[in-house]
Amino acid sequence: MSELDLSPLLHRLESYHSQGRTALLPALHDAQQLYGYIPKPAAEAIAQALNVPLAEVFGVIEFYSLFYSQPVGKTVIHICNDPACALAGSETLFKQIRFHQEASPADSPQSALTIEMAPCLGLCEHAPAALVQGQPIARADRQTWQDLVSGKGERPSSVLGGTVSILTANCGLGHTVELSEYLDLGGYQALRKALRTPPRQIIEEIKAAGLVGRGGAAFPTGLKWEAAADAPSEVKYVVCNADEAEPGTFKDRVLMEDDPHSILEGMLIAGYAIGAQKGYIYIRGEYWFPYQAMKNAVEEAREAGFLGSNILDTEFNFEIEIRRGAGAYICGEETALFESIEGKRGFPRLKPPFPTTQGLFGKPTVINNVETLANVPVIIRKGASHYRKLGTEKSPGSKLFCLSGDVVRPGLYEVPFGIPFHHLLFDLAGGVRPGHHFQAALFGGAAGAFATTDHLNVRLTFEDLKEAGLPLGSGVITVFDETRDLRDICLRLARFFAEESCGKCYPCQMGTQRQFEIMERIVRGEIHKEDWERLQDVGWTMTDSSLCGLGQTAASAILSAMKHFPHLFQTV
Amino acid sequence: MSDTIRITIDQTTVQAAAGSTILQAAREAGISIPTICYHDHCTANGLCRICVVEVEGARTLQPACVVQIRDGMVIHTRSERVIRSRRTIFELLASTVDLSESPEIQAMIHEYHADVYRYPDAETRLPAVIDDNPMYIRDYAKCILCWRCVQVCAEDAQYTYAINFSGRGYETQISTFYEIPMPESTCVFCGQCVGVCPTGALKPKRQWLLEMGYTPDEIMNLTRSQRQRRKRREEISANPS
Amino acid sequence: MLKAEKVVPTTCPYCGVGCNLELHVRDDFIFKVTSPFDSVVNHGNLCVKGRFGYDFIYNKERVTVPLIRKQPQKAGQRTQAFDRSEWREVSWDEALDYTADRLVEIYQRDGSKAMAVYCCAKATNEDNYLLQKFFRAVFRTNNVDHCTRLCHAASVVALQMAIGSAAMSNTAAEVKDCDVFILTGSNPTENHPIIALQMKAAVQKYGAKLIVVDPRRIEMVNYASLYLPIRPGSDVPVFSAMAHVILKENLYNRQFIEERTENFEEFAASMEKFTPEFAEQVSGVDRQLIIEAARMYATARNGAIFWALGIPESTHGTANALSLINLALLTGHVGRKGTGLNPLRGQNNVQGASDSGAMPWHYPGYQAVDNEENARRWEEAWHIEPGGLNRQRGLTTTEILAAVHPGGVRALYIMGENPMMSEPNLNHTRKKMQELEFLVAQDLFINESGAFADVFLPAASWAEKEGTFTNTDRRVQRVRQVIPPRGQSRPDWEIICDLAKRVEHRLNRPHSAYWDYQHPAEILEEMGRCVLDYAGIRYERIEKVGLQTPVPTPDHPGTPFLYGERFPRGKAKFHSLEYTPNAEMPDEEYPLVLSTGRVLEHWHGGTLTRHSWMDDLFPEALMDIHPADAARLGIKDGSPVRVTSRRGSIVLRAKVTTKTNIGVVFIPFHFREAAANLLTSDALDPQARIPEYKAAVVRVAPASEEELTAVLESQPRGRF
Repeated sequence: MSELDLSPLLHRLESYHSQGRTALLPALHDAQQLYGYIPKPAAEAIAQALNVPLAEVFGVIEFYSLFYSQPVGKTVIHICNDPACALAGSETLFKQIRFHQEASPADSPQSALTIEMAPCLGLCEHAPAALVQGQPIARADRQTWQDLVSGKGERPSSVLGGTVSILTANCGLGHTVELSEYLDLGGYQALRKALRTPPRQIIEEIKAAGLVGRGGAAFPTGLKWEAAADAPSEVKYVVCNADEAEPGTFKDRVLMEDDPHSILEGMLIAGYAIGAQKGYIYIRGEYWFPYQAMKNAVEEAREAGFLGSNILDTEFNFEIEIRRGAGAYICGEETALFESIEGKRGFPRLKPPFPTTQGLFGKPTVINNVETLANVPVIIRKGASHYRKLGTEKSPGSKLFCLSGDVVRPGLYEVPFGIPFHHLLFDLAGGVRPGHHFQAALFGGAAGAFATTDHLNVRLTFEDLKEAGLPLGSGVITVFDETRDLRDICLRLARFFAEESCGKCYPCQMGTQRQFEIMERIVRGEIHKEDWERLQDVGWTMTDSSLCGLGQTAASAILSAMKHFPHLFQTV
Repeated sequence: MSDTIRITIDQTTVQAAAGSTILQAAREAGISIPTICYHDHCTANGLCRICVVEVEGARTLQPACVVQIRDGMVIHTRSERVIRSRRTIFELLASTVDLSESPEIQAMIHEYHADVYRYPDAETRLPAVIDDNPMYIRDYAKCILCWRCVQVCAEDAQYTYAINFSGRGYETQISTFYEIPMPESTCVFCGQCVGVCPTGALKPKRQWLLEMGYTPDEIMNLTRSQRQRRKRREEISANPS
Repeated sequence: MLKAEKVVPTTCPYCGVGCNLELHVRDDFIFKVTSPFDSVVNHGNLCVKGRFGYDFIYNKERVTVPLIRKQPQKAGQRTQAFDRSEWREVSWDEALDYTADRLVEIYQRDGSKAMAVYCCAKATNEDNYLLQKFFRAVFRTNNVDHCTRLCHAASVVALQMAIGSAAMSNTAAEVKDCDVFILTGSNPTENHPIIALQMKAAVQKYGAKLIVVDPRRIEMVNYASLYLPIRPGSDVPVFSAMAHVILKENLYNRQFIEERTENFEEFAASMEKFTPEFAEQVSGVDRQLIIEAARMYATARNGAIFWALGIPESTHGTANALSLINLALLTGHVGRKGTGLNPLRGQNNVQGASDSGAMPWHYPGYQAVDNEENARRWEEAWHIEPGGLNRQRGLTTTEILAAVHPGGVRALYIMGENPMMSEPNLNHTRKKMQELEFLVAQDLFINESGAFADVFLPAASWAEKEGTFTNTDRRVQRVRQVIPPRGQSRPDWEIICDLAKRVEHRLNRPHSAYWDYQHPAEILEEMGRCVLDYAGIRYERIEKVGLQTPVPTPDHPGTPFLYGERFPRGKAKFHSLEYTPNAEMPDEEYPLVLSTGRVLEHWHGGTLTRHSWMDDLFPEALMDIHPADAARLGIKDGSPVRVTSRRGSIVLRAKVTTKTNIGVVFIPFHFREAAANLLTSDALDPQARIPEYKAAVVRVAPASEEELTAVLESQPRGRF
């Protein structure tokens, strides 16, 4: 290795010095950007500047799949490997690129490629998707080989549908809504109103609206805020969970790309309500354009005085920092996300203590999903009772659904809670692709469960879906027609969890691997009669005994497939 | 903390000190709950999940080593769900790691009727022995990732931070910074890690040599350069017995 | 998987922490060491020496047969014989008879003043008690000392003067109960590793604040709230300036001073001159740091001071220690849990060897030899006619060697020690060793001192005998036999008894002082009959957990911290102080100050650790030098340098590191190839007679590879 010039890195590290360990991921991103990977001397310099033990810096690099401790090709291509993209032919695409690369002369730029299969990139409505040097490529199958490797990523277009436009009111305009436009559209009115209202009253309003979390766990947002507001501490945090990585989900990407200020406004109101001074937005590392959009929005907001001290001439002070993930699904788990912001491996913590009492940096923290926060200005602006006019008693408001797979019009659909599934699928999204019919749909992503033809009439609410044994999750619906082998889908999900397990608790660390190995053999057509019990034992052990939500749902889809399609897993 | 509260473990009502964990309360009551990663000397992480128990009202099984008892808690330490989880975890472990030097775990495997051959497809972890220093060897084929060594190297004892993790998930392995040899790391060879290792993955070099068939005299007659890593590797490959 | 045939609990033979060990044995081979996690001393934690450093037992260089020199040695022409071919293997009878004959011959010719003994802080209490008994009762001499003289002598003298007792006042583990503690002249991460862990935990887990005062930027500085990088030898000005600030700002503890101390007024007046400005000028430490440190320590609820050899090993070592004692008395930070004056003792049994009377001015239990009552007590205990014991203070270690000349000391008996590595100014020591008429070495290896001997008595190692060690916080703990003595080696106590009987017989003594012990337990009981602090200790009481002295009665629970109600001398005494510069100050010819000490992987003269695989980890001497000094002198990391003082010169490799400060270089003294003590000065503290190991002036120049005594493959090291 030739002598490495550390000076540009050292220059950047100067600004991180005072932050200490929490700047570790940003510093590693910088090093990787400068050198293409993270050379050992760069890691040493970072360790020293941030006062983090060497071995722990290495541990962090090794945890995140977008960080490389060894040299990689000049261009790094990630091809999505998860169900929606696989249905659209991502495997073929991967093989073609590999073939092109191998056929290229050794000194050509094509040979300096690193090509990797990747977990879901959040571009499911544009399947098959790829990242080239971190830039998104929609419909990668339509790109020429040369275009693909030259890495001309562009902001993916938003494909919107549905029957209402509340959360998506400012979306689909073909550009990011900037501050001035947002203000013209009535933006930050909710914040103005909130700052004239006692914090407790805001929490009451959110509770009255019946808002529950949109990240998947469906916890009542108002109760979460109340618990954090009650927690005795001078320092509190609001964290926006924008680590959208559930295969099939892309709603937060669209919201961030199109209407970033609505999320900031939601965070500001949350911060005011619980008495926090600082917020973090944690965006998954694969989301380049959402990161840019949010970064610009934060800068605009700061310049306009919506962030900083004495916001809108009140006593309220609030700052927002943006953090990028680096390729780890587990960091969508709230406590793992905190660890990641703190500059550590994204291991989930034991709960209790819960984030509302000991969250980020051990302080009371409210962590909400992007979509949840986007609901907040809506509720505050028009009031809880107006909000409740849509949806059902137990599931008020509207919901974003991410439709992908074998559907005529994949895209983001905003509908009031309560419409039947068939209405969304057939009337709004155009139904299953021509010439085929519905076999199943995966609700809730990799951590979800399969719906069958029996479920087409189910109403899309938390309560109805729960009764039907389906998770609403983050609003993912991946559709499969009758030609698809669901075992292949199960294998992809099993691989996804085996790749994404953090490795902390035993059931998930080894269970996801065993589940993957068994599925691999089943897909090859070698089914043992013992496999049924094996999958059941592994699945239920992960569900019952894993430390965090990842492991607890890592078998969910497979167990549901076994329930609805048992013959797929049995010997003839 | 001297208050006692009333809980029910396996149909028996017992008094236990408030603030104690389910594991402590059960031990007080003479009920044994198996553990693997738990060690009195280390911060409990609740990661092996062998100690899980069923707590009425809880959705998932609860790790007894970290969950604190609450008044009126009803706990089942041997329910069907609990047994299934424990047995499966033992089977997963046995299909992943070389447990030949973990007699305690083997005894538990036996007790739970776990089938160590349950998963014929299993890709066993088989990294080579790392012999890079004169004091101890690292045989990560035997490592069950209980984290104790990482913890005692850090805040649980030594504050030396010589080791952490490489990889993630199933591929996780304990590692130095960029996998450098131990003497080049911050290691001070205190061997706290060796002291807490439950599976023989970390062991004193002289013990290892003895197990390989060297006599004490042969071991003590090894020259300095023979004790060095590369030479040893060559000898082993030249003479695999 | 290897199963141990037995697992034997014992106590670590290295440093004063006194860690509890469990030795795992198979076929008499110790293959593994663990520590019980419920140990009150070390909670299952060990350092590299404790866990892996026992293999010297099996080193093939070890001598396990009695030896007599083939070539008779003459005073003045004595040579070193490292090679076994220069020795004759003999039977124990022959070795002991020969030794007895020669000792008796000299004693009968020149009397007690010709006899001297170095006891050993590595050996057990029982071994030390017997060896001093042998020389006092049989040869009627008080020329009995051991390496405590070279380490904490000045701390001991100062504590005796101010308080009346010299041990660590509190238990090391109490550091977690401090809210502020001062660490000075001590590098615990290398020298008391387990105490260092407790200190780190105190800072990280219990919120204690640490003030480090040291000329080296030691690892503990990373944990410190304040770091005062003093110039070597400016201890008295810095600590007295802290006292000055505490007095000026009325931060002192009036009630404590009134009730429990004396001489405050005179002391306070003497502090007047130690302004922070003056201290800054002398020490190079920013005055603001001194003021902050004073406030932090004085306003602590529980403040403690920990120090090691950076304080006493100085020509003003006693004053250094007094300046610390003054601070504790001024603030009342002594006599409670989590406070205290805590000199960290170096050797595993330096506390015990001192307690057992391996000292020239004291019988066991710090009973002055020039006190008639004490002498009579021991005469009775040892069946000696009244007036038989010598009432004159004996010579200290350094003085013993200085007195080697015709008419002075003629015979020297060395058990375990190695003055040829550990004394200052080794060129001088060498001459004196050559001058001896008869030299006995009782050890495991023929080390640099033993190589001068006429007779070599092979001793059993700590794992091959029974006994007790007393650790730095006064805890008496069991040492157990794990394996049979290797070869023909014998436990020290047995050798001493056997030899003493032969000597008594030759001297026709009417009554034997008694040497017919069946077990070391009887020896400790004999000592306890005359030493109140040990009176209540019985082996059966310390089988599992050691007891902290004083233990005056068989039902006394031991004493975790001292001086709760009163000081041994009644009221503690403040001492007025003056600033005295070091014996040598840097000048143009010798511009750098050399500090010496230990590294983690080695022990003292290296007799044990350089015969261990630990030598692989740290195989050669390295001189720490600051990058600025190195750049100025054209020295690169790892390049050879020549270091020269007024007394000698050595060549070794440089380690360029910010661990040492500008103007100060550091060399460990374990390596005979580049013995640091060839450079050190034998100037002594006037009260404690301790040499100034920590401040010799030197010059450093690049040298060539050829000048290195031993060229080894370098071992890259990543630790601090």
